[in-house]
Amino acid sequence: LSFFCLGPGAGQDVGRSCILVSIAGKNVMLDCGMHMGYNDDRRFPDFSYITQNGRLTDFLDCVIISHFHLDHCGALPYFSEMVGYDGPIYMTHPTKAICPILLEDYRKITVDKKGETNFFTSQMIKDCMKKVVAVHLHQTVQVDEELEIKAYYAGHVLGAAMFQIKVGCESVVYTGDYNMTPDRHLGAAWIDKCRPDLLISESTYATTIRDSKRCRERDFLKKVHETVERGGKVLIPVFALGRAQELCILLETFWERMNLKAPIYFSTGLTEKANHYYKLFITWTNQKIRKTFVQRNMFEFKHIKAFDRAFADNPGPMVVFATPGMLHAGQSLQIFRKWAGNEKNMVIMPGYCVQGTVGHKILSGQRKLEMEGRQILEVKMQVEYMSFSAHADAKGIMQLIRQAEPRNVLLVHGEAKKMEFLKQKIEQEFHVSCYMPANGETTTIFTNPSIPVDISLGLLKRETAIGLLPDVKKPKLMHGTLIMKDNSFRLVSPEQALKELGLAEHQLRFTCRVHIQDPRKEHETVLRVYNHLKGILKDYSVQHLPDGSITVESILIQATAHSEDQGTKVLLVSWTYQDEELGSYLTSLLKKGLPQSTS
Amino acid sequence: FFQYCLSGHPTLPCNVLKFKSTTIMLDCGLDMTSTLNFLPLPLVQSPRLSKLPGWVLKDGSTFLDKELKECSGHVFVDSVPEFCLPETELLDLSTVDVILISNYHCMMALPYITEYTGFTGTVYATEPTVQIGRLLMEELVNSIERVPKAQSASMWKNKEVQRLLPAPLKDAVEVSMWRKCYTMPEVNAALSKIQLVGYSQKIELFGAVQVTPLSSGYALGSSNWIIQSHYEKVSYVSGSSLLTTHPQPMDQASLKNSDVLILTGLTQIPTANPDGMVGEFCSNLAMTVRNGGNVLVPCYPSGVIYDLLECLYQYIDSAGLSNVPFYFISPVANSSLEFSQIFAEWLCHNKQTKVYLPEPPFPHAELIQTNKLKHYPSIHGDFSNDFKQPCVVFTGHPSLRFGDVVHFMELWGKSSLNTVIFTEPDFSYLDALAPYQPLAMKCVYCPIDTRLNFIQVSKLLKEVQPLHVVCPEQYTQPPPTQSHRTDLMIDCQPPPMSYRRAEVLTLPYKRRYEKIEIMPELADSLVPLEIKPGISLATVSAVLHTKDNKHVLQLPPKPPQPPASKKRKRVSDDVPEYKPLKPLLSGSIPVDQFVQTLEKHGFSDVKVEDTAKGHIVLLQEAETLIQIEEDSTHIICDNDEPLRVKLRDLVLKFLQKF
Repeated sequence: LSFFCLGPGAGQDVGRSCILVSIAGKNVMLDCGMHMGYNDDRRFPDFSYITQNGRLTDFLDCVIISHFHLDHCGALPYFSEMVGYDGPIYMTHPTKAICPILLEDYRKITVDKKGETNFFTSQMIKDCMKKVVAVHLHQTVQVDEELEIKAYYAGHVLGAAMFQIKVGCESVVYTGDYNMTPDRHLGAAWIDKCRPDLLISESTYATTIRDSKRCRERDFLKKVHETVERGGKVLIPVFALGRAQELCILLETFWERMNLKAPIYFSTGLTEKANHYYKLFITWTNQKIRKTFVQRNMFEFKHIKAFDRAFADNPGPMVVFATPGMLHAGQSLQIFRKWAGNEKNMVIMPGYCVQGTVGHKILSGQRKLEMEGRQILEVKMQVEYMSFSAHADAKGIMQLIRQAEPRNVLLVHGEAKKMEFLKQKIEQEFHVSCYMPANGETTTIFTNPSIPVDISLGLLKRETAIGLLPDVKKPKLMHGTLIMKDNSFRLVSPEQALKELGLAEHQLRFTCRVHIQDPRKEHETVLRVYNHLKGILKDYSVQHLPDGSITVESILIQATAHSEDQGTKVLLVSWTYQDEELGSYLTSLLKKGLPQSTS
Repeated sequence: FFQYCLSGHPTLPCNVLKFKSTTIMLDCGLDMTSTLNFLPLPLVQSPRLSKLPGWVLKDGSTFLDKELKECSGHVFVDSVPEFCLPETELLDLSTVDVILISNYHCMMALPYITEYTGFTGTVYATEPTVQIGRLLMEELVNSIERVPKAQSASMWKNKEVQRLLPAPLKDAVEVSMWRKCYTMPEVNAALSKIQLVGYSQKIELFGAVQVTPLSSGYALGSSNWIIQSHYEKVSYVSGSSLLTTHPQPMDQASLKNSDVLILTGLTQIPTANPDGMVGEFCSNLAMTVRNGGNVLVPCYPSGVIYDLLECLYQYIDSAGLSNVPFYFISPVANSSLEFSQIFAEWLCHNKQTKVYLPEPPFPHAELIQTNKLKHYPSIHGDFSNDFKQPCVVFTGHPSLRFGDVVHFMELWGKSSLNTVIFTEPDFSYLDALAPYQPLAMKCVYCPIDTRLNFIQVSKLLKEVQPLHVVCPEQYTQPPPTQSHRTDLMIDCQPPPMSYRRAEVLTLPYKRRYEKIEIMPELADSLVPLEIKPGISLATVSAVLHTKDNKHVLQLPPKPPQPPASKKRKRVSDDVPEYKPLKPLLSGSIPVDQFVQTLEKHGFSDVKVEDTAKGHIVLLQEAETLIQIEEDSTHIICDNDEPLRVKLRDLVLKFLQKF
């Protein structure tokens, strides 16, 4: 089992996910993300690690995409159409629906607005999506005869999934991004006790233990409310799908309750469509929304209206949700530039920002920004960060490990220092090995799988019947023969093994002469022997047969007179190799002679 | 391996399978044809129904005239309608571990099973099955509860009395088992026991059995089930369709290699072609409306209605019907229409891709938006204000015994301009109409049953090749009304095993193997020996652990060290315990080499005699005799244990252990 991160991003860094896992001879690529912080070649993963040895399609058995965020799927058309991959790509239905829209949106910004060339085209996105196979939650998808995958609910965004990858008895779980606490529109991630050999978990919020969700929400509403009350404008940079819908629901209900009049806008384009996706994929949202959707669809907002570019200059308070979420381009950046100079205004960053983006800069305290054309933008507006990103925090990660009971844990998508802290915690609490490979570093984990074989029912029944004896403390040994033929393993009884192979049994028998001094008649000697054995071997079947012989289980004892000495009797004790223990015990017992008895 | 057959209705099955150590109920269909024996429940007082004469016996006795009413030569029970439950006495239903549901029509008896039998297990079904099943139950409960009926007739059920009644009451089966409808709290309790599953999800039951639902192509979320262990596979096929309507297509490939295939839920109208019926439905509807009449379509609130609305969506403009209002009346009409749009993942490919646009998968969204289709919870309230004739009304229940349909039958029955079109195949339309006779309204019978017909079944069986087929007895002979149609029965080799209500079948399969896991430490210790080219053997002596029906073999523990302070033991303490069997031996002993070996080990006076079957090797000084034959060796010696052991080991050198 080996693990490899393709280029910068997925390892000890947040920004791009692309992981290669080899499990029992199968190669699976997990996510195919791009880095938002770069504008050059570095934004895509470096697939030369694979292509130097041949074609991607030959090397990879399948590709799995965990959710529609571009840092997890943004490089997909580049990968499949420009580098060249024709194998299957798996994702959930909502991801399959939404992913091409985000890709197209991103393509437009990059190519049409920034005028970049050497980028994937609309047609490439379409061709790429044709290679996608949509999967249901919990459906076991047989990729080929040995490789199977299964999706679990991840609760990070609509359609986000964790994937179990299984070959024979070896398995890996890849979490993608996930969230262990249900929020206003999504449910909590869940996985069964699948005991994978390796759990690959994101660790974006590795050290954060977030205060209760209610507190965060109250805090958020308070800040928005105060700003609006004093006539300020609130900018909330978001990604069109995901957190945006949760915050909309939050503000919508708050506005309703407080009877507020300030307008709330949602930047146009993706968003109406986005809400429509939420309506159609309502089965992927949380219990409450699903239950009430017939009466009231939570994604039909009364107070939230479509934003027009001209509105940004309107006087008076307003709240605007604008894309993209890291302030690196597009509408959110435009509005930010307009509003940044006024200290009455506020920008609330509800999610993580990648290094290099404007979002990251203002969050790290920078107040003078160099914009395009050497222009300096002074930020006077208030900058607030609210962790609304639906990532699992340290508590959540521990909780998932408890649920899945992995044998090894591997942390990705986090910052080195934070990961180190979490790694120690995991190793302490669960006593499993925890890895945190650097970018481009391969981690190899050795699994020691048990081997499944077919056992003949006859043999198993024989053994379990014995095993049912009350004495549990003494484990019972079973004996069988393992037949290995053309990769099939069958455990059968030795008799059956001989029969199947057309071999005859070779019987090995011993007969020992035991001399005992007894002047009595032969049959009296036999009777004494019988009584003696019967007295000692209480758990055994000791029988005195009509022909004058004695049997102890299958061991035969006969008595003859000594040819020369009438006072000596010769006991012939006869047993087969299989009864050797008892046979040899009996001879040594009889050798000690018979007890002096009156009979 | 047994199958207990609790229902005799081939499309509303209820079977219990004892598979390995688990008890699995397959579907719990509710036979509602019993309601045809009852008078309809009118929403508004019906003078006609209340004036029906009581039934009088031939000898003039009138003691049943309160319970039984006569209408156009038929006799009906004037009481709250009752349903025929699955058999509950054939086995103790509290021992059922799980219930597998194949589609929403086959779960209508669920509350009777989960709430009245001591059932403590889990029910498995897909999400659409549960949601739409809930709607069907809600509609049923609602339409019966909102017309409270004081009378509950029971005298006629007395066996002596029933004998005197005219057919079909006289022949009604198990009338003592007929039960009134359940309540909403019971429905909720029953549904809370369901665990949702997805297609191709492998569900482990007690480590012994794995069950998997597969798409069956018949309805939203409808499934067939695979019940298997490592070595046996039972396929349960119930309500499947190969036609392309709205649901995801049927998964046939996964049914291959079954030991037993249980086949239920075939089409009830094997002679009708569903496409032709839809065409006839549309043309009859158009003709009636053009002539100024109204059309009544008795239907369930989900299922075929989606397909009918889709056909009409394409048809109404070309047929000039764009101004005719379509009404869908059911307490769950809105929910049903809404739910149909959110199950994209369970729909056929065409509908699925619509969601990616994103557009609603069913065109009835547009019919509603353009006000061509309106839905109402009942005829009361808004509907009475909006109601315009001529119109088309979709409403339930298809039995015509309860629900809003009763009102429209009474309202429109007297005019020959109007038409009632039967599309649901579950009830005989003549029986359904009986309490409304005499009737002037036109009646058209266009049953649409998309389930497998016999041609498709025989193709399917050829394709998946099960070793044995089990089916209801109805499928092993031509329909009673068409006894010459030998093509309308299942034809396969070996012939199917048939079952009828209250029968127990023994399913034909033999198990010979079981899965067991060899722990890595034990595997490392094994020494395989190549016996023949490509075949290796290893003897295994190991400790068997069995937990949760899973078997594991581990290295035997090291023998405990004898205690250092050894006390003097009595003889009996040394009695050997039951030890594992010693291996079997195989091979033969070449005498010459054996003698050489003996000599090498210090036996100098070896003498060999030939016998008829082999040889005798004599060790004269040791007074020992070794008989060697092809398949046996016999060592006869004095009681000299070291000598015996030495000889034994020398013999074993030439033999293989098993």
